[in-house]
Amino acid sequence: MAFGLSCPIPLNEYPVITLAHGSGGTLSHKLLRELFMPVFDNEFLRQEHDGASFPVKGGSMAITTDSFVVRPIFFPGGNIGDLAVNGTVNDLVCCGAKPMYLSAGFILEEGLKTEELWQVAVSMKQAADAAGVQIVTGDTKVVDRGSGDKIFINTTGVGMIREGLSIKPGNCMPGDKIIITGRIAEHGIAVLSARAGLAFETSLKSDTASLNGLMEKVFNHTTNIHVLRDPTRGGIATTLNEISQASGTGMIVNEENIPVSAEVQGACEILGLDPLYIANEGKMLLIVPEADSSVVLEALKDHPQGREAAIIGVVTADYPGILRMRTTIGSTRIVDMIAGEQLPRIC
Amino acid sequence: MKYIDEYRDAEIVRKLSSELHHTVSRNWTIMEICGGQTHSIMRYRIEEFLPAGINLVHGPGCPVCVTPLEIIDKAIYLAKELNVILVSFGDMLRVPGTESDLLGVKAAGADVRMVYSPLDALKIAEDNPGREVVFLAIGFETTAPANALSVKEARRRQVKNYSILNSHVLVPPAMQAILSAPDSRIEAFLAAGHVCTIMGYEEYIPLAQEYSVPIVITGFEPVDILQGILEAVRQLEAGKAEVVNAYGRVVRKEGNKHARDLLGEVFKVSDQNWRGIGVIPKSGLVLADNYREFDASERFDLSGVNTRESNICIAGQILQGHAKPGDCPAFGTGCTPEHPLGAPMVSSEGSCSAYYRFSRKTGY
Repeated sequence: MAFGLSCPIPLNEYPVITLAHGSGGTLSHKLLRELFMPVFDNEFLRQEHDGASFPVKGGSMAITTDSFVVRPIFFPGGNIGDLAVNGTVNDLVCCGAKPMYLSAGFILEEGLKTEELWQVAVSMKQAADAAGVQIVTGDTKVVDRGSGDKIFINTTGVGMIREGLSIKPGNCMPGDKIIITGRIAEHGIAVLSARAGLAFETSLKSDTASLNGLMEKVFNHTTNIHVLRDPTRGGIATTLNEISQASGTGMIVNEENIPVSAEVQGACEILGLDPLYIANEGKMLLIVPEADSSVVLEALKDHPQGREAAIIGVVTADYPGILRMRTTIGSTRIVDMIAGEQLPRIC
Repeated sequence: MKYIDEYRDAEIVRKLSSELHHTVSRNWTIMEICGGQTHSIMRYRIEEFLPAGINLVHGPGCPVCVTPLEIIDKAIYLAKELNVILVSFGDMLRVPGTESDLLGVKAAGADVRMVYSPLDALKIAEDNPGREVVFLAIGFETTAPANALSVKEARRRQVKNYSILNSHVLVPPAMQAILSAPDSRIEAFLAAGHVCTIMGYEEYIPLAQEYSVPIVITGFEPVDILQGILEAVRQLEAGKAEVVNAYGRVVRKEGNKHARDLLGEVFKVSDQNWRGIGVIPKSGLVLADNYREFDASERFDLSGVNTRESNICIAGQILQGHAKPGDCPAFGTGCTPEHPLGAPMVSSEGSCSAYYRFSRKTGY
């Protein structure tokens, strides 16, 4: 078979990878759509989901993978270890799966303190126990000092998809309600506050948490959930743009209804950041039919992780592929996908 | 949140809008100076609340946009060819230079770092005594004091490997240049609130008198901007041309004395090249003679820098209020935030970026 050797992204446009290619924004998507997808193309990738689901005897399974490069590795509310477990658990939840087994791949930099690695490993174990998953295989590599940055972790997870659930971006329908499970942007601001070079302090903690318990609660009331996504890198603005583009629907959210803590809002005002674009690691966006939305909201609010859940918007037939927002003063504007890199290496 | 919520209040916005509709009797063209105001106007779609006769024109108050291309090329040259640690505010990293941008040379191996404060750049210099560290010190009167402080501190702490690549601009001379242009259509200004926080607003009084334009010191929240516009329109309708402070919770007439003293010590006023506009007399700040040793342009041999302006980008027309982003044939097609041809599409204060992000496709 002939193999196309020409790079689909014009080389004169981006001869090297920049940090913005890892932002989760438009350049990340360009890389995905124009480089990886054409090369690896298959029916599972075309689902454009947080993970892939595939049939097995007696049902369907989901598989997902994620790499973690957060700097610093310890931050208020967590560290790279629990982040790596929770992130992959949540991606499985987004596929409608009950997370079961995880792998863990470590890339360690020469000179890393063993004590720090131990702390990270213990956090991973605690996070796995809390989520009811096991880390059953792994790998360790060490690179020269300067070739990495302390610890990079990759986790891959598998789980069984719960019967009756069919969750994918394409299910998103006009009239559906958009729900967020709590206050946004806490992870990104917590990591930022821990960074050297930013003399900025808050008592904010990362929201890193596994959400399978919260979602089990919802599934027990209804399995009529169209889309589930955890709005990590790029924040809720990027995630909603992705769903909107993948499903060919429009969306409109109401700024007033989006839960943001005063501390996050204050930090964002000072630093010129927009909470809509800041990473979450313990929140879920749900897109559900209007008829099921109040049941879902009640189920969420009945769980400690969903107390602040809110309906923030609605899916529309007009403006396909575009996310709009009704502002606090009553006007309407576009909320675009982020172009550059607001905060590199946030997860 | 106090000092935020009441300035983004739908009810107050409605009242101001209704008052504006009652006050306006004809068409008026008003320029908001500051890019932060432009973004707020687009972000909150302020035009939805304005009577049809009010035409808002966006001013040159985007520090990234008016920084000469040559400065960006010099920064790139310093990082790429002279192996210095080039430290910058984030917005500058993606501004296209003649050949590349700072993010591109960083990806290719140059040591380019982003900070929120010039004092962090000084810290980098202290932590890397064997390397030269250059801070790309750009901006208006708002950022200049912190940049000045980094130089003063460098001297006090005897940090010999720190210098700044300097491109500071001043607002009032640019307003004068805009008003004295023969084809100027600006009938009133919303002055940049944060610039006045530093400098006060006494220098605007002769401008308002000489050119008979109302100048309203204006903030950045939707209520601030509508109040600024309402005050300007009231004056225009009454035939007045006064300087009025509509941002009293932040701005005092004399400004911030400490910051002004610092500017007076470290910098001196000089003629300055504004990208897209040209040289405006006495519109810039350069290091005072006593601090010239911290000038990266003098410390390093930058004669290898070769600058060529793109002939597609109409940023100059946009910055002077002659054109809107949608008038540019490249807007949203050849020029987007991820592939910008000019600075106004990059900067968080640039008009093109504001139009693209908040009301893409139209550009109007």
